[in-house]
Amino acid sequence: MTRSAARSNITLDDVDATVINLLQDGFPLVPRPFALAGEQIGLSEVELIERVRRLREAGMLTRFGPFFDAAAMGGAFCLCAMAVPVDRFEEVATKVNAHHEVAHNYERAHRLNMWFVLATLTPEKIEAVAHEIELETGLHVLRLPKLEEFFIGFKVAA
Amino acid sequence: MNKLKELDRKLIQATQAGLPIVKAPYASVAVEIGTTEADVIDRFGRLVERGIVRRIAAAPNHYALGMTANGMTVWDIDDGLASQKGREVGALDFVSHCYLRPRVLPEWPFNLFAMVHGRNRGEVESKRSEIAQLLGETCRKSDVLYSTRILKKTGLRLSQNGD
Repeated sequence: MTRSAARSNITLDDVDATVINLLQDGFPLVPRPFALAGEQIGLSEVELIERVRRLREAGMLTRFGPFFDAAAMGGAFCLCAMAVPVDRFEEVATKVNAHHEVAHNYERAHRLNMWFVLATLTPEKIEAVAHEIELETGLHVLRLPKLEEFFIGFKVAA
Repeated sequence: MNKLKELDRKLIQATQAGLPIVKAPYASVAVEIGTTEADVIDRFGRLVERGIVRRIAAAPNHYALGMTANGMTVWDIDDGLASQKGREVGALDFVSHCYLRPRVLPEWPFNLFAMVHGRNRGEVESKRSEIAQLLGETCRKSDVLYSTRILKKTGLRLSQNGD
């Protein structure tokens, strides 16, 4: 199957899907990692490098490299949710986003309509920022820190 | 967690935007931070063991791949079974992230979160049904929250110093 990817001129073929799936699962820690990874899917080192470059340049891959666990380095993260009255939504979004600890913020279709992630250097700081946002907005901030994570990864249908 | 060694910190800072896409990427990073290829490989190995690097891999851009609908599916699972069920749901091909989080009663009764991507909401709904089937009677309640707007998105960055 071949399909045109949204917002892009490149066409994704079965080999691209195989490459994306392979590289999501992990990249070898050896001197010539593209040669070793390529072997698993029948591509030469140069062919795999060309594919990865093209996918990266076309924006099909947002990142290629090490994924760091900020919590393991001493940082802290917390998903937070708020039920914002519709007529105050923009005002509250501005106040929340003004905190540089707010890493991303999404509007979602639900009574709890604002979902953001706090990223700070310490767990104590999470609580301090969440509390500040409550004082500034007069709204309750639900704290939903991750207790356990199950990562396998999303697979592209080939 | 111990403070990171100076060279580990340099390694992280040199690669947090990504690895060079060249035949010998670790050698290329080694030149940049003033060490050897073997040392870079060894340091990454130890950072993986310590859980500081979760993995070295590629992250697909779901949106660019045509998966424009994303639904945060949420489930209320019996606490005793939540870890086991979380692993099963996380293993599904169409789930990109899967977490256990605390309930906040009465406003938020859900403890299992699974991010589902699809070409449209219909596809997300059918995948949500597959999760419901997998969970069966261990799930008491569920919902799906579609994102309607990105209000802020910044890359997560390391602080410049380790403490």
